[in-house]
Amino acid sequence: MQQERDLNVVIATDCGSTTTKAILIEKVDGTYRQTFRGEAPTTVEAPFEDVTRGVLNAIQEVEELSGRKILEGERIITPAEGNRGVDIYISTSSAGGGLQMMVTGVVKSMTGESAQRCALGAGAIVMDVLASNDGRLPHEKIERIRQLRPDMVLQSGGTDGGTVSHVVELAEFIAAADPKPRFGTGFKLPVIYAGNKNAIDDIQRILGEKTALTITENIRPTLEKENLMPARHKIHDLFLEHVMAQAPGYRKLISWCGADIMPTPGAVGLIMQTIARKQGINVVGVDIGGATTDVFSVFDEVFNRTVSANLGMSYSISNVLAEAGLENIARWIPFDIDEGDLRNRIKNKMIRPTTIPQLLDELKLEQAIAREALRLAFIQHKQLAVGLKGIAKERTLSDVFSQERDGSLINMMELDLLVGSGGVLSHAPRRQQSMQMMIDAFQPEGVTRLAVDSIFMMPHLGVLSTVNETAATEVFEKDCMIYLGTCVAPRGKGKKGSQVLSFEMEFQNGRREHGTMDVGDLRHFPLGLNETAKLRANPAKGWDLGYGSGKPVEAVIHGGVVGIVLDTRGRPIQFAADRPAQIADTVRWNKATDQFPI
Amino acid sequence: MAHSYTPGLRVTPFATLQRRRILPLKGEVTVRVGDLVSRDTVVARTELPGDVATVNVVNRLGIEAHQIEHYMVKKVGDSVASDELIAETRPFFKFLKSTVNSPIDGTVESISTVTGQVILRRPPKPVAVTAYVDGRVIEEIPDEGVVVETQGAFIQGIFGIGGEAWGKVRRVVESHDSVATPSSISTDMGGCVLICGSLVSAETINRAIAVKAAGVIAGGIHAGDLKDLLGYDLGVAITGTERIGTTIIVTEGFGAIAMARRTFDILSSCEGMVASINGTTQIRAGVQRPEIIVSRPPSPSDREVATSSTGLQIGDPVRVIREPYFGRLGSVSALPSDLQTVESETRVRVLEVALDDGEKVIVPRANVESIAL
Repeated sequence: MQQERDLNVVIATDCGSTTTKAILIEKVDGTYRQTFRGEAPTTVEAPFEDVTRGVLNAIQEVEELSGRKILEGERIITPAEGNRGVDIYISTSSAGGGLQMMVTGVVKSMTGESAQRCALGAGAIVMDVLASNDGRLPHEKIERIRQLRPDMVLQSGGTDGGTVSHVVELAEFIAAADPKPRFGTGFKLPVIYAGNKNAIDDIQRILGEKTALTITENIRPTLEKENLMPARHKIHDLFLEHVMAQAPGYRKLISWCGADIMPTPGAVGLIMQTIARKQGINVVGVDIGGATTDVFSVFDEVFNRTVSANLGMSYSISNVLAEAGLENIARWIPFDIDEGDLRNRIKNKMIRPTTIPQLLDELKLEQAIAREALRLAFIQHKQLAVGLKGIAKERTLSDVFSQERDGSLINMMELDLLVGSGGVLSHAPRRQQSMQMMIDAFQPEGVTRLAVDSIFMMPHLGVLSTVNETAATEVFEKDCMIYLGTCVAPRGKGKKGSQVLSFEMEFQNGRREHGTMDVGDLRHFPLGLNETAKLRANPAKGWDLGYGSGKPVEAVIHGGVVGIVLDTRGRPIQFAADRPAQIADTVRWNKATDQFPI
Repeated sequence: MAHSYTPGLRVTPFATLQRRRILPLKGEVTVRVGDLVSRDTVVARTELPGDVATVNVVNRLGIEAHQIEHYMVKKVGDSVASDELIAETRPFFKFLKSTVNSPIDGTVESISTVTGQVILRRPPKPVAVTAYVDGRVIEEIPDEGVVVETQGAFIQGIFGIGGEAWGKVRRVVESHDSVATPSSISTDMGGCVLICGSLVSAETINRAIAVKAAGVIAGGIHAGDLKDLLGYDLGVAITGTERIGTTIIVTEGFGAIAMARRTFDILSSCEGMVASINGTTQIRAGVQRPEIIVSRPPSPSDREVATSSTGLQIGDPVRVIREPYFGRLGSVSALPSDLQTVESETRVRVLEVALDDGEKVIVPRANVESIAL
């Protein structure tokens, strides 16, 4: 492993689409802590058209708050000496809409999917997946490539020694479309070829002149093997050389940085993987923004990331309604609302995305929509976070009777930690609202810890982990994570009112809680940060807490700013069929977990 | 003095404006700096590459891909007419002959010896950019387009559908809070930009489309009606390419909301003049709001208010843009600096607004919009 750089003071920024956020990390009494933060509007667009303006403004705010002199004019002072300067400046960026890519493969569910996973894992938004078998006619594919204007194209397809003609055909389509990059007119579009090595000469001949072509190792050399890292590294290189270098002010920004600038979601993915590896746990993370929702998962050390480009809480809030449907949103709303009124309110949020719910009912509406945005984004994630398709498998009799449902790598019973970030989760007026939104949307099974990112510093920590992993993980544990508590939820379903489990909890201070829970129940027990309790639970037949149907469980559970939530509403959650009963249920659940003041 | 930064839409009887008129690809600029142009003057033109058609010649002729060049009648760069022969086999017995004809008029772009595919391209499509507003060319961007400067009334809407259009301003209702009905729209309003007061229904818009109105301007529209008009539920606010038969600009928001009196009064004062309108809306990075520009020469009473970025100050006119006072107008009466907890328990920076009826209310700063003059 690369040696860690010795750092005492770090300034890190994340240049988002609207806001540039700076944090200061300092070694305090031998431990790395995030000490101050500042933010300023991002200045990629007119009238400034120079990202460094926003960076300087955000750092200036940190200077004012911390009393540390970091800037000398427009220069970042390095290294740190006393209360002056920093040892390194690092940054991530998603300004200007992030890294937008188009990927191609031969078979959509095989190399197409591998290419998609490769680009998403590198932090890109995948605008479209073109494949030989995607059902579109050749001229439709060409038209689509021409319309999209991606920042970069990743072309995959064919295992080594497999089909050449299909791969070459897609290259011919790209050449015919002659696509132009989004930034920098007059520049050639970066294309990464990571397909069948036998087609390299043809690809070079077809795309070599028309595009900025880079050849790398096949992402799917055999059907049984996915090899995403070489192509991901190329994506990062080209992101810096082509995309970032064309964006306003980025050349200067790159020259200031002590480590490569990373796409924001790529950096978040990195810190998630680091934490999962260091703690030996399975993690799911979500970042719900105004326009998009990113979901990250690390299960058994396999990392996946998806981005739902049009599921968000402001710019694309209306799309949540379009995709989830009115009924699915309404089932979380604890009062009656006219359909037309709900539609108008959602559209008004879309056109005025920065507004804040002043009324309690408006907050309840937004949180209902957030549940659906998160739920849909997670469904999309589960669809892509799958094992490799196309492999010939020997199936045994036990496989036939196994619980494996759809080949997804995401097993909610095995999930250890669920982390949320993004305005609606990080800034909910009550932490129990964040916890409940995540429980309702993700429906964790068994025993799962939940946390939120306090101020969305995971991107900064991701890039920091590339230069000093210790610093990144220490700050992650101490300042980034706000542990909410633990959710205990058995998998199963049953008739409303029938018993699901009996439980007993023994707290560190000697307090004991015990009782039974029925289908449709939700209970909350306070248990503070750094506190634990012993849980003994006896699920009824048909209910599983991780050890099989009806099998008792003993576990040590962790508290947090909210505490313990016992959830026996069923997995999936069982909803009442009629609206008045739905309202009664949501009111009861909200009351049980102290969600709202009234 | 206390102030607050807040987004705002411009609503002004007189402003000097510049509009960049740029080609999608490089081409030829047809006007020069200093030229007077009208809204329909072509200022730049180019040709977009034509659409392509693909023909899998090897499958059609039953040959191997590497043999394709031997069977092609046309070569790369050759012109072809629709139905013209492009490839054929030459068997000993003529009745065994297979042929492939071009499905389009165009040129042969590529012949692949790997896939056996021939790509044909239709002739380029001419594209012209007009001045959009009446004004003067003040800057030329070589090979790309120009900047046109104009003066006149300028109103930004909050949301729109459809692209650029122009037409005479016609008032359909008497006051800013009246609702236009289909019967308010007469056949002589074809080609006009209709000022429709508070709420415009799908029925009224369909009537405007039927008489071929250039545009419809209203305070509000129901989201359900928009869905009916478009035929789908708009998920993301990126608009401008819709083709529903007219351009719609909403000045206040979704629901039954009266058009701001100031907006209505300015538009009324422009009745009979030609407005250039654009419904294009993009609410993400690079925000673009729909607009109404009525170009006219300055009069002695015109006073241009400089736009400033100093933010909201006490006395500034604002519109509340979220419940419970959604759509209400007033002026800033206090800017307390401490965070306050509002009903939803959200702790936010707030301001006090003296509403037009005299009532003073507290709202989050994020929930007001300055009405920029």
